[in-house]
Amino acid sequence: MSLLAVRELNAFYGDFQALFGVSLEVAEGETVAVIGANGAGKSTFLGAVAGVLPVPREAVRLDGDAVGGLRAHRMVDLGVALVPEGRRIFPSLTVEENLRVGAHRARSGRWTLRRVFELFPRLAERRRQPGTNLSGGEQQMLAIGRGLMGNPRLLLVDEMSLGLAPVVVKQLYEVLATIAAEGMTTVVVEQDVSQVLRVAGQVFCFRKGAVSLAGRPAELTRARIAAAYFGA
Amino acid sequence: MAWVDTVLQGLLLGGLYALFATGLSLIFGVMRIVNLAHGDFSILAAFGAVALVDALGWNPLLALAAVVPAMALAGWLLQRVVLNRLLGQGILPPVLVTFGLSIVIQNALLEAFSADSRRLDPGGLDTASLALGAGLAVGWFSLVTLLVAVAVLVGLQLFIGRTRLGRALRASADDPGTAALMGIDDRRLYALAMAVSLGIVAVAGIFLGVRTTFSFSSGPDRLLFAFEAVIIGGLGSLWGTLVGGCILGVAQTTGARLSPGWGILTGHLVFLAVLLLRPHGLFARPRRSD
Amino acid sequence: MAPVAVERGTRASRAGAAAAAVALAALLTLPLWGGAASMRQLVEIIALLVLAQMWNLLAGYAGLISIGQQAYVGLGGYTLVVLADDLGVDPFVSVALAGAVAALLALPTAALVFRFQGAYFAVGTWAVAEVYRLGVANTGALGRGTGRTLKAVFPLARETRELVTYFVAVALGVAALVGVYAFLRSRFGLGLMAVRDSASAADTLGVDVFRTQLAVYVLAAFGTGATGALVYLNLLRVSPDAAFSINWTAAAIFIVVIGGLGTLEGPVIGTAVYFTLRETLGDYGSWYMILLGALAVGAMLVYPRGLWGLVADRWDVRLFPLERRVVSRG
Repeated sequence: MSLLAVRELNAFYGDFQALFGVSLEVAEGETVAVIGANGAGKSTFLGAVAGVLPVPREAVRLDGDAVGGLRAHRMVDLGVALVPEGRRIFPSLTVEENLRVGAHRARSGRWTLRRVFELFPRLAERRRQPGTNLSGGEQQMLAIGRGLMGNPRLLLVDEMSLGLAPVVVKQLYEVLATIAAEGMTTVVVEQDVSQVLRVAGQVFCFRKGAVSLAGRPAELTRARIAAAYFGA
Repeated sequence: MAWVDTVLQGLLLGGLYALFATGLSLIFGVMRIVNLAHGDFSILAAFGAVALVDALGWNPLLALAAVVPAMALAGWLLQRVVLNRLLGQGILPPVLVTFGLSIVIQNALLEAFSADSRRLDPGGLDTASLALGAGLAVGWFSLVTLLVAVAVLVGLQLFIGRTRLGRALRASADDPGTAALMGIDDRRLYALAMAVSLGIVAVAGIFLGVRTTFSFSSGPDRLLFAFEAVIIGGLGSLWGTLVGGCILGVAQTTGARLSPGWGILTGHLVFLAVLLLRPHGLFARPRRSD
Repeated sequence: MAPVAVERGTRASRAGAAAAAVALAALLTLPLWGGAASMRQLVEIIALLVLAQMWNLLAGYAGLISIGQQAYVGLGGYTLVVLADDLGVDPFVSVALAGAVAALLALPTAALVFRFQGAYFAVGTWAVAEVYRLGVANTGALGRGTGRTLKAVFPLARETRELVTYFVAVALGVAALVGVYAFLRSRFGLGLMAVRDSASAADTLGVDVFRTQLAVYVLAAFGTGATGALVYLNLLRVSPDAAFSINWTAAAIFIVVIGGLGTLEGPVIGTAVYFTLRETLGDYGSWYMILLGALAVGAMLVYPRGLWGLVADRWDVRLFPLERRVVSRG
């Protein structure tokens, strides 16, 4: 059974419909890429899964249980962690405190402060500095570390590479591969297609709030992806 | 020497104002709400002590033990039942609701306790004074008030800076949406913050009642002074609130010395001056990514 | 596509206009069939209605929540006494002049309070009102804590004074209603409603948010000041604690919240509720204020659009239409 099963998901911001009948499944331990242009609904999709948006109960199932529409903090209890777009580090908290607040719900698991510092030595060096003093790449590491501290079963990462230099993005994807290798189920939303296709087992392309293409990266050609991304 | 005494009394008064201001500052920092009934809750607490004194003959300071938890509970309920329902609706509803509560509380107190001024008598503790030499003396109780204010601030600082809940409060004040992603339930957190706020203001109310007379309509002035102390000190700074309270206190005592009717007005004028010259207060920290 | 036209009036609004005309006729002829007591009461009612309309303009349309409007009530009352008694200006003309003085004083006041946003703006306006109150209470020429009596009207016969006061009230009430309605229908008013809905969006569309809000604040001060003068023209005695009392603003707020914030019809309904409650419960001391407060709190929790909002939403009625609708013809 898949860890995450989304069925006919429609999502609205007030009167505006942002997602149209999205269906997809993510198996446990898989890394899935969600790609698409700006405004295609990728972040909305993550928000719907994480409990940020109200959606029908049956539309999102986690390990078989219907969890659609449960509020974000409850989804954390159930093991869903969202690393939000733009990092959103807490300015009033130090690096260490940012990580600790990620463990607010005290879910047990292998991700402790020590392990996160091992994964990201740069964060350990800066542990007492205000979280927002870090560079963009370091803040992204902090955001990912913060998500890991909750020992989630499902890690959702929104636009990890946004605004970061290619060298940094490459490092982050190496880290992501390490996390995935330990068995973490991950959904990565990206505008930059090339990097994410290397780590993903499945890719879904969104366009105008609907899934325009699905498949394994090896099976999909550049041309097909471009067509699904931009519209033929 | 008389002027030194005036300043000293003003500083001690600042301790009381800091107690009033701390709860207000906490609520605003966390929830961006100003509780317009804040002062009225403190007077409610003072009258609660009056009721216990009248009915059971308790010493007012003993009444603290009953009134403070009761007020904390009231704050928790207020947030959970009333104010949490207004979250996300903008600033108008909480302002109007707390304003309505303010009027309701004042009129209810008027009905229950009449318009008479009351005072809490702790049996001599309030008149004892400590001689400082050179003809200066400070009232024991004023000193105790200041010390309690400092203790509360230290306690709050430790709580916010070192505990899991305090961290959650700071995160939520920074960015409530992302705090939710950490599993922080803002509704319960806010209820906790309001409970703490009203608990502290209950202490302030009872201390006020020992220090001076009060009546059903004394609430709004407390709110104003608390507000002014927070603004003078600067938003987001707990210790700034103490400094702001002291500056306000000194302004009031100095003005009263110049002319009895000018005390409170001088405080207001100093507040307006700070607002004109340093709108962010004296110790403001740049807060949220607004 | 069927031909369409853009209209503003509706059947309900035309009915409303007719009803308003009837009401106006009744008001104008009241001295003939009502008594002096009802005239005095109507002056009070109109005063509160105008105060509520002004507060509604500030909060419901400009997004400015003021709990310091009592400053202008007091300033208006005292200006009346100073103009009429000390400067020999006709007391009835002074009502309008008092509004102008209040509006002038609103400018430096705004320079201070506009430094605040949101809820802090509210408390700031209150603090400023207190400064005015304490300033007046400490000024010898204004009678300090005891206040002053309006002597300029003494030469007049009582009936004459009450009659002219009544008509001044009616004129003020009509002017306020018409003025607010006209203002909101104008281009300026459209910008205002844009600001209310979203200040930042309005800003990007070129609406000068600050100038708009300042204009509304000054306008509201004018109306409130004139009302304050009217109140004390009626009461004849002004004192700081009464004239600068927060109860003026409290009454205005409760009227607007219960009647319906951000609508023109709301304050009318709210005033009716307020006076009904006051008349029926007035003997029970402050219970009517407790009930009013509870109703206002309840309204915000349960139905923030107030009583008129209930009616307007249910039956899609507008007596003072502000929106334009697309109507198909043919």
